[in-house]
Amino acid sequence: MKNPLVALILGILIGVGGLYFMLPYEPATRGAREIQPEAAPVTEGAQRVAAGSTLQRVKRRGFLQCGVSQGLPGFSNPDDRGNWTGIDVDYCRALAAAIFDDPAKVRFRPLSAKDRFTALQSGEIDILSRNTTWTMSRDTQLGFDFVGVIYYDGQAFMVRKASGITSAVQLAGATICTQTGTTTELNVADFFRGRGLSYQVLSYEKNDEAISAYDQGRCDGYTTDASGLYAERLKMKNPDENIVLPEIISKEPLGPAVRQGDPQWADIARWTLNALVNAEELDITSKNIDEMLASENPLVRRLLGDEGAYGQAVGLEGDWVARIVRAVGNYGEIFERNVGAETPLGIKRGLNALWNDGGIMYAPPIR
Amino acid sequence: MAKAGQGARRGNGLGFSWYNPRVRSVIYQAAVLGIVIGLVWFFVATAQQNLERLNISSGFGFLDTTAGFGIIQTLIPYTEQSSYGRAFLVGLLNTLVVAVIGIALSTLLGFVVGVARLSRNWLLANLAAAYVEIMRNIPLLLHLFFWYFVVLRPLPGPMQSLEPVPGVFLSNRGLILPEPVFDASALAFLSALILAIIGSVFLVRWSRKRQLATGQLFPAWRVSAALIVFLPALVWAIGGAPFHLEFATRGSFDYAGGMRLLPEFVALTLGLTLYTAAFIAEIVRAGIQSVSRGQTEAAAALGLKESTTLRLVVIPQALRLIVPPLTSQILNLTKNSSLAVAIAYPDLVAVFAGTVLNQTGQAIEVISITMAVYLTLSLLTSLAMNWYNARIALRER
Ligand SMILES: N[C@@H](CCC(=O)N[C@@H](CS)C(=O)NCC(=O)O)C(=O)O
Repeated sequence: MKNPLVALILGILIGVGGLYFMLPYEPATRGAREIQPEAAPVTEGAQRVAAGSTLQRVKRRGFLQCGVSQGLPGFSNPDDRGNWTGIDVDYCRALAAAIFDDPAKVRFRPLSAKDRFTALQSGEIDILSRNTTWTMSRDTQLGFDFVGVIYYDGQAFMVRKASGITSAVQLAGATICTQTGTTTELNVADFFRGRGLSYQVLSYEKNDEAISAYDQGRCDGYTTDASGLYAERLKMKNPDENIVLPEIISKEPLGPAVRQGDPQWADIARWTLNALVNAEELDITSKNIDEMLASENPLVRRLLGDEGAYGQAVGLEGDWVARIVRAVGNYGEIFERNVGAETPLGIKRGLNALWNDGGIMYAPPIR
Repeated sequence: MAKAGQGARRGNGLGFSWYNPRVRSVIYQAAVLGIVIGLVWFFVATAQQNLERLNISSGFGFLDTTAGFGIIQTLIPYTEQSSYGRAFLVGLLNTLVVAVIGIALSTLLGFVVGVARLSRNWLLANLAAAYVEIMRNIPLLLHLFFWYFVVLRPLPGPMQSLEPVPGVFLSNRGLILPEPVFDASALAFLSALILAIIGSVFLVRWSRKRQLATGQLFPAWRVSAALIVFLPALVWAIGGAPFHLEFATRGSFDYAGGMRLLPEFVALTLGLTLYTAAFIAEIVRAGIQSVSRGQTEAAAALGLKESTTLRLVVIPQALRLIVPPLTSQILNLTKNSSLAVAIAYPDLVAVFAGTVLNQTGQAIEVISITMAVYLTLSLLTSLAMNWYNARIALRER
């Protein structure tokens, strides 16, 4: 009876041993190497960047992979020919312009609220620009870095006018429709729980299903970010029969996020956003960019790369901001073009006005 | 099993030799096992290392943290303060309740349709055939969409609820039934019911024994049915109703209280049941048809009634062919219930592999747990069905 036992052990050894030589590397040893003190983090970081930084990968690929929503007017929305528009979309175009001097070198990957984080974690996309709220858990536990705020938002409710409801506190006992995998799902629970009110929440995986469920009366209310409410209302049978309640129940700073672990890429994403806001502050627009290139203002000269080497510091060209503004305009232009007063959404700048214009949009200086 | 003998025994008997086919086969199998273990180990280690490098939290500690979101259907107490682990249980139970009800109803309907399809009544047989062809040729997702979006969604709003029977309300928020609340006399009633059932079991056994011994027939089934109905009814009449009904009352948005069947639940259960029943009907038909005509003719020659032939001759033999493929259908139904996400029913996949995965970002852990649950459910079902199959298997005498 001992023979099979010996054979078994031998076989397993052969199996594991064979595998050891076949596989590209052997995980346990690698782990051990990392614990060794000699493996200085600096060297390792440098190696990793050299081996395949996100910027290099994007350049080699020839285009940027940008995760957006499946269709949220004003933020990221495809038309019937597949052309994307929106604030989040324009941000990705700005990034592509900074890297390739061509805003068209970006592919948009529509993602549901639920799938967006896995897509970024797994490397399917280079950047997530999908009306995503910057929260501590997303920043820390999911392994992301949020690079800033592109739109200051807050959550609100929409109800049918005919219900006679004028305030969110009257919603006790109501059924609320929303989308799975959002901060919305959590805020609505906080709101009712904090006030000791009963409620029922019905979470749909697809936003359009949540909207139509509300529209057909399955729910008494629909909730999401206020900007989203204005956008989604446009999709309804009779937009005018619905009203947005005045209460803003949460803070929703929406912004782009990248994977942790590539500081250079995070810098590029962060400073592209800051450049857009700084350009607005300095009145540099897509229309006057060529005149501005001759400006004597040191702030403008630095931003447009006439002085200093700011673009080079993050692995880009010196004229990166000029490229961005020429391609998509400054932050204010992007805002007005996509969600501003002239658009069907008609959203006022409000919190998203510049800091010196009554809002809180404030970008650190480029110097 | 002493290890000491290992070296000494090497040369003995067939010996530990490459030319010993038994040794060789064990080595081959062990090598494959080794490769599998090695691969699993490699993937786990790689995943762990990558998660660490990307600063993504890992481990199962998240199951204890507060979930913070609401779920619309909870069979066990659950609040926003409950943990992700509790949310997992809620999702699991929601899956199980659909699966169990779906399996019971589809098996019942499948048997009825399968038998009907063999009926000599032309209309009945063709109706059954039409049912099978229509139901099994439409994708399940469309069944769900049909019930959810076409049938249940357009129902009137909660304030204009239909009231087909007093106290029963039907609206686009679901079906609300009065809730039975047990009273003090419930104990007596339940005891009477249990007593009646036990009595019936003995009655049936006794009558069978007597029939074998003397050949005399006793209408045991009919007497048992009467016993089960009338004994509890008598107790009810004397001791009063064992429960009273609590009716739903009108709230500001909807009726409150009562028992509520959500439209998402009804659509999912109906869709799964009607779809799976079509397949079961075919299995039942095939099983019955496989019993050779000689058997039925022999039974007829013995003077057995048609219904008795079906019950004592055909069904027992057909069951042996029905049960294995029926197991597959039951497994399918359970797994198909994960289509729930499409219509917002909060099953395991929607709650756990959906919301919890997204809120925690721990895809690997959440997906592994979900897969393990479906695997366990499937294995348990197979086990139970195999046990049943072994019990009814042909015993040569
Ligand atoms: N800001 C919230 C909500 C984001 C969200 O997903 N909103 C929905 C409703 S406005 C949406 O964009 N849906 C569009 C889609 O799923 O494509 C978050 O980050 O969790």
